Amino acid sequence: MQELIKRAKELLADGTAARVLGWRRGDLPYNPEPAFFEKEEDFDQFVYDGFCGANLSKMMIEACKLEGKTAVCLKPCDTYSFNQLLKEHRVDREKAYIIGVGCRGKLDIEKIRAQGVKGIQGVSGAEIDGPDELQVQTIYGDKTVPYASAMLGRCHVCKGKEHMICDEIIGESRETQDADRFDEVRAIEAMSPEERFAYFKKELSKCIRCNACRNACPACSCRKCVFDSNKFDSAQKANVDSFEEKMFHVIRAFHVAGRCTDCGECSRVCPQGIPLHLFNRKFIKDIDELYGEFQAGKDPEAKSPLTDYRFEDAEPGIVGKRG
Amino acid sequence: MQVEEKKEFRPKIVAFCCNWCSYAGADLAGSSRLVYPADVKIIRVPCSCRVNPMFILRAFERGADGVILCGCHPGDCHYTTGNFYARRRMTLLFSMLDFIGVENGRTRVEWVSAAEGAKFSATMNEFVEKIRSLGENVRLGDLRCRN
Repeated sequence: MQELIKRAKELLADGTAARVLGWRRGDLPYNPEPAFFEKEEDFDQFVYDGFCGANLSKMMIEACKLEGKTAVCLKPCDTYSFNQLLKEHRVDREKAYIIGVGCRGKLDIEKIRAQGVKGIQGVSGAEIDGPDELQVQTIYGDKTVPYASAMLGRCHVCKGKEHMICDEIIGESRETQDADRFDEVRAIEAMSPEERFAYFKKELSKCIRCNACRNACPACSCRKCVFDSNKFDSAQKANVDSFEEKMFHVIRAFHVAGRCTDCGECSRVCPQGIPLHLFNRKFIKDIDELYGEFQAGKDPEAKSPLTDYRFEDAEPGIVGKRG
Repeated sequence: MQVEEKKEFRPKIVAFCCNWCSYAGADLAGSSRLVYPADVKIIRVPCSCRVNPMFILRAFERGADGVILCGCHPGDCHYTTGNFYARRRMTLLFSMLDFIGVENGRTRVEWVSAAEGAKFSATMNEFVEKIRSLGENVRLGDLRCRN
């Protein structure tokens, strides 16, 4: 982290960048928040550790409208999102200086809590080059938790340690994949329609329509969103009917189908812990199976599957036949 | 004494038909005096590609029991490629509806040309029969839209 701060200060000092986009300390020891750093003294608050899960690519849309270059810290998986935004002309490559930061998997405080650790006051060992075990300070004394067991779900299906786009790399990255990306989707597909319906009803009824999933999603970058329109029934209000949540989530996932890089921000930010990535991953799985493998944000030249076609594509009736 | 009236289930079916092929096909079915159930309500769209996945969800929300999309045969689109895009979109949408546990068969895509009046009527008869066997759409309906 010191190396990163030193380099960021240099970039500000030599005029390469007018501001640095990174993370600063939050109210609690485990919730750093995205922030702009414009002056040297601001860096007292700068932090980059295992809890910095936020994908800063989306903030670059606004940052590119500001004067001067913005130096942005992107993890390997965030660079896919940046690439995708670049392809959609939502960010300006000339206005961005990308610092590829190292990553060994990001942490989820809920995963630590789920292991029975209560009253957390601090976590040490979350640094990028830290040990394989986390020391958790709680009001009941210190606890030790293996790093891998506290990782976000998305890090278990890590896309790789390579940065797709960057100007320089600071720190080492490690690939943390230890599960198949589509295992969860396959498990649901194996259920009967009744079970699937019950499962999604249970999960989606938790939705409070806070729109955090939409706001955090780097693929949701429309200037005007259909969910903000007051002509639309399910705009910005609590649910009155169970169908609304389904409608909201199916539409949200459909709007990013073919552009979703599977960065997992939707599930990470959901205050209700709904596995929203399942919708996106189902679309990705279908696209891979029906139209050939496609990873959004990997190749800036590749055509998105929903803006492309082949004469011999499968007919929609295939859904019923596949079962 | 109250007499309980036994009502036969009449499905509500929305058919999105493209202006150039399927709507003309429906016209031909009519002028050839071919029969299809009155449960089918046709909505004319400029092209099958005009049908946003939200239209389908909205139709279900508002109480439709089945939604069918008809367009020109692949390769025959009036706008050259519209139905190719519609085909990919609908495949993904139907797969998602299946994924969240909606009964298979409530949605369908059929390519009907302007010369296929007989196919139009046969398709609609078949689809209405299918929806009748599936019964009322409860999984995708909005309670507030029920009367």
